[in-house]
Amino acid sequence: MRKRTIPRWRAEATPLLGLCGASLAMALLMTVAMLGLIFSQGLGLFWQKRLVRLQLRDGSRWLGEVWSRETVPDPTTGRPVRRIALHHGNRDLWGTAFRWIDEADVVGWEYPPDAVRIERLAWGPAFGQPRRVWVGDKPFVDPVDVRDPVWQELFASVRQDRRVLQDVEDQIDEVNDRLERLRRQELRLRYRSASDPSAQAALQAEKARWERVYGVLALRRTTLIERLQQYVLEVTAADGTALRIPLAQITAVIPANRMGLGERIRLYARRYWELITENPREANTEGGVFPAIFGTVSMVLIMSLAVVPVGVMTALYLREYARQNWLTRVVRIAVNNLAAVPSIVYGVFGMGFFIYTVGTAIDRTFYPWMAPTPVFGTGGLLWASLTLALLTVPVVIVATEEALLAIEPEIRHGARALGATQWQTVRHVILPAAAPGVLTGLILAIARATGEVAPLMLTGVVKLAPDLPIDDRFPFIHLERKFMHLGFHIYDVGFQSPNVDAAQPMVYNTTLLLLVIVVALNLTAIHLRNRIRRLYHGGSM
Amino acid sequence: MTVRSARSSVTVPLGEVAPPAVEPTPMRVSEERYVLTPIPDPVFDIQHLSLYYGEKPALVDISFQIPRRQITAVIGPSGCGKSSFLRCLNRLNDLIDGSRIEGRVLLDGQDIYAPTMDVNDLRRRVTLVFQKPNPFPKSIYDNVAFGPRMMGIRQRAVLDEIVERSLRQAALWDEVKDRLHASALQLSGGQQQRLCIARALAVDPEVLLMDEPCSALDPIAAGKIEDLMVSLKENYTIVLVTHNMQQAARVSDYTAFFYMGHLIEYQRTTDLFTHPRVRQTEDYITGRFG
Ligand SMILES: Nc1ncnc2c1ncn2[C@@H]1O[C@H](COP(=O)(O)OP(=O)(O)OP(=O)(O)O)[C@@H](O)[C@H]1O
Ligand SMILES: [Mg+2]
Repeated sequence: MRKRTIPRWRAEATPLLGLCGASLAMALLMTVAMLGLIFSQGLGLFWQKRLVRLQLRDGSRWLGEVWSRETVPDPTTGRPVRRIALHHGNRDLWGTAFRWIDEADVVGWEYPPDAVRIERLAWGPAFGQPRRVWVGDKPFVDPVDVRDPVWQELFASVRQDRRVLQDVEDQIDEVNDRLERLRRQELRLRYRSASDPSAQAALQAEKARWERVYGVLALRRTTLIERLQQYVLEVTAADGTALRIPLAQITAVIPANRMGLGERIRLYARRYWELITENPREANTEGGVFPAIFGTVSMVLIMSLAVVPVGVMTALYLREYARQNWLTRVVRIAVNNLAAVPSIVYGVFGMGFFIYTVGTAIDRTFYPWMAPTPVFGTGGLLWASLTLALLTVPVVIVATEEALLAIEPEIRHGARALGATQWQTVRHVILPAAAPGVLTGLILAIARATGEVAPLMLTGVVKLAPDLPIDDRFPFIHLERKFMHLGFHIYDVGFQSPNVDAAQPMVYNTTLLLLVIVVALNLTAIHLRNRIRRLYHGGSM
Repeated sequence: MTVRSARSSVTVPLGEVAPPAVEPTPMRVSEERYVLTPIPDPVFDIQHLSLYYGEKPALVDISFQIPRRQITAVIGPSGCGKSSFLRCLNRLNDLIDGSRIEGRVLLDGQDIYAPTMDVNDLRRRVTLVFQKPNPFPKSIYDNVAFGPRMMGIRQRAVLDEIVERSLRQAALWDEVKDRLHASALQLSGGQQQRLCIARALAVDPEVLLMDEPCSALDPIAAGKIEDLMVSLKENYTIVLVTHNMQQAARVSDYTAFFYMGHLIEYQRTTDLFTHPRVRQTEDYITGRFG
């Protein structure tokens, strides 16, 4: 009798298993590579490098930071050429901040000890050797050494003045805000009744008073600025040009070639701190991304507040209340497919429905005096959050339905057998048991929503919105305001800015921040889920 | 009419298909019936009760009375409609899509299927302990306090009192009194079943329906539950579904034998097990089929 043997590899499907393993390894490798790139690039870019002065064969000299080196074929001979990307700054002098230099052209290579990198409010960083400080047209500290107490004292007092100036500017902001509110009141008054002269007069008086306050503050600001403008630091750029930078413009002077390790680490930490706490500057390529962090997080939170109740109630209806028939099946299939609709479509829908339909209706009903300026009839935090809620609600519905399905019918009938009504059963037995599943849905929804950019561009994200949607001014939560978002920030800074090279640290670090925020939001939700699990499914209450 | 259709639908195909060598199973509803009636002081008076799941009949023309403060056992082979019958007594079948009943079920003379009946109140008066322990994913305390809370009792002291009394009645108090706030899912199967009994007792019912409460338990745990039922008899009417003939003989006062949705025999337990009046009952309790 012939015995038919199946080869071992076929019986156990060893090659298939190997392929699965290999795919897993590939997927992991790609993810790790991407994260590795973002981390190494992002984390490295804020580290202060030494400043190098290059002497070129043609006699020109350049001072700056070596950004990267690469080998490229020479366009004419095809032979490999090594070249250096040098960040030489001083965009106000030379129009650019970066240049490629062939290593073959370099004849001298030195690290001048007194070279500094100057962070300033405009034109990006400056590189050079500080010479003297001018007050008006008289040399005041000459020569200047940035490690000298004289300079440090002077710089500290200028910074103090700048803080005062900042205070004044904040006050001006507040007065502006008040004037804006008065203007709205006036519009409303005029809309309601044209003939109420006493109210009109009171309003005008109030307005005049605040305009006078504004005048006083504006004068104060001018005086402060004039005083601050007097102090000027003179720096010699690499090509010998004298660069005059008002002290008021300078945020930091970094003697990069004379710094110890401790100082470098402190500088590195300070740059990150600035990134997450400050407003952007210079077309977003410098400064911080605080408004974008704030916008991203508040958008996700508002979305969660909207998506959880809607998703859970829909799933409850589908599973607990509706009869299971072809209609529920169709609805379920539709919901599943909604998850596959491209997000830009949601953006268009959000714009058409929320902004132009709902928002315009709100404006007509509640803010008719503001016409033609839209309040809710334009993109804003609320509409963007609701659009994302729409985008992620299928995820929550599906996850909740799965959780409801996993609850045995005996549990439901057990509650009903004790005389609980259907709502009591849902409220006290079903929902607590399904809560971890709901939160799993929310976790997936958050992960998806935090990374979405396309629909936001149509519904309320802007490049720059220093007015946060939540602040200390009445009514504190301004859901109609436009807002900034990390995802859009990456797109804007990395690919839309005129100064792409200078924006590099920003792009990598913003990406890093976005990842950190996604992880942080998810960890919060996971923590919450675990607590609920412990509460209802094990351990003590 | 329904009787005949049920019989023909089962006997005809089996007679054709089954080879003669296989032991002939009497899959045929006996024409003989014996239902002891009247019963002194009945709680339930069941009159011509039929139950359908869709088109399929699960109970056919059941009529008998269930005595107050006694244990009535319901026995019969798997799938004969014992659980379905229990669920008729507190209208739990209402929750199953497509179920429909005919006939009347009187509880203290009142038709529980009357439109004026408050179903949730009924289910508190007649509560069901399921075949499979089904504690809620909550703490032990919250499980027992569930029913009273749903009735609107909020005071902590009252709830504490109810929880302790119910757990004591269900002979579980000593085992859990130190961990009332631990999850009920951490309890063993037998403890979970007693917890479910305590949970049912906490709503202070008149009738306790128990669907094979010992099927998942070892003999010691089962013995505890049997003792429990006997002690509960003083205050409660108990309807017990069981597959265990010894158990039915040990604890019950009356026994009903169901077969394929029909009530074949209903008698005092002692009589039914010693002198069954119907041949089919005898076959079943002597283990000749089922
Ligand atoms: N929800 C339901 N829908 C449709 N048919 C059902 C349903 N529940 C029970 N049945 C049917 O009704 C009949 C009686 O079922 P039931 O559960 O009452 O039997 P049982 O006597 O309790 O059996 P067991 O001893 O195995 O628990 C069976 O044929 C079963 O298939
Ligand atoms: Mg059963």
